[in-house]
Amino acid sequence: MSEQLITCQGLTKAYGHKAALSGVDLEVGRGRIVGLLGPNGSGKTTFIKLLCGLLQPTAGTLEVAGQPIGPATKSLISYLPDRMYFADWMRAVDLFDLFRDFYRDFDYSKALAMCASLGVEPGDRLKSMSKGTKEKVQLALVMARRAQLYLLDEPIAGVDPAARDFILHTILTNYNEEGTVLISTHLIADIEKVLDEAVFLKAGQVMLHNSVDNIRENEGKSVDALFREIFRATPMEGGEF
Amino acid sequence: MDWKLSDDRPIWLQLSQQLARRIVTGIYPPGSRLPSVRELAAAAGVNPNTMQRALAQLEQDGLAKADRTAGRLVTQDTTILEAVRTAEAQIVINQYFDAMAELGYSQQEAALLLREELK
Repeated sequence: MSEQLITCQGLTKAYGHKAALSGVDLEVGRGRIVGLLGPNGSGKTTFIKLLCGLLQPTAGTLEVAGQPIGPATKSLISYLPDRMYFADWMRAVDLFDLFRDFYRDFDYSKALAMCASLGVEPGDRLKSMSKGTKEKVQLALVMARRAQLYLLDEPIAGVDPAARDFILHTILTNYNEEGTVLISTHLIADIEKVLDEAVFLKAGQVMLHNSVDNIRENEGKSVDALFREIFRATPMEGGEF
Repeated sequence: MDWKLSDDRPIWLQLSQQLARRIVTGIYPPGSRLPSVRELAAAAGVNPNTMQRALAQLEQDGLAKADRTAGRLVTQDTTILEAVRTAEAQIVINQYFDAMAELGYSQQEAALLLREELK
């Protein structure tokens, strides 16, 4: 088992002539909860999609658990996309059946238990659910897998503050302890307490990667305050997309 | 007793101070078993690794020790408990003097006012 879970060197992804990520070098270990933080258009979703194999890098290398992205890494990764990709006539239990067929590490009873604790009726159809409830169903799907790497793209963006706490609590109490959770968000204040490390992306480059406690110790302020400071100084940058 | 986390200091440090406070106030009595890292982390809404670090600090300070089987036990050493309690009291006293200084009272005046209060 390789030491680092995610390793990338010189990772670059360009859409046409526009670079969404340019020359990203990053290593992320196991058993960590990592925040992928940056303003809109900084490359968060692009990075996550590269890890999932939904996008191919333009240049550079990317490995998960010492292997290049492919079927082997996909079986290790549980991915929560930033938007829903299921048909709305489906019921939560239909999704659970689907995931049980697709993923060997999917724990069906855990998914049902999570639905119960999240207050979701598993027999309901997606189209009858509120936005927050849909997010909860997707979270149950993703967290019920015993994955090595959980990629959560904006898991708390569309829900109210009480539901956010609930979702974060669910993530904290359900992730596989040997696994790493990568959470992309710009709602830093809400998730700061649950993070081990923060990665700041700015215009497609990593500008900071450190533990949350080190940042607080070195800067004397919260990660949220530091983020606001860094990204306030240059309001025209990083928002090109 | 709720967990209160402020923005300006490392989270693990605040957690270990609040755990120490819970021990000296008897919420976790001497010799008792502390809740597991996972339980404590979930209750405080923090990362388990952060809570782990806070608990490691408690061990280093002698307030808790790892049990042979599993988990951690609160120390029964009254000297250590008393020392930590005194240190906590000192912090509260300093906070009082700081707040009084902001209002323009010298330490002597502040102490005098406190004595009046007791009469």
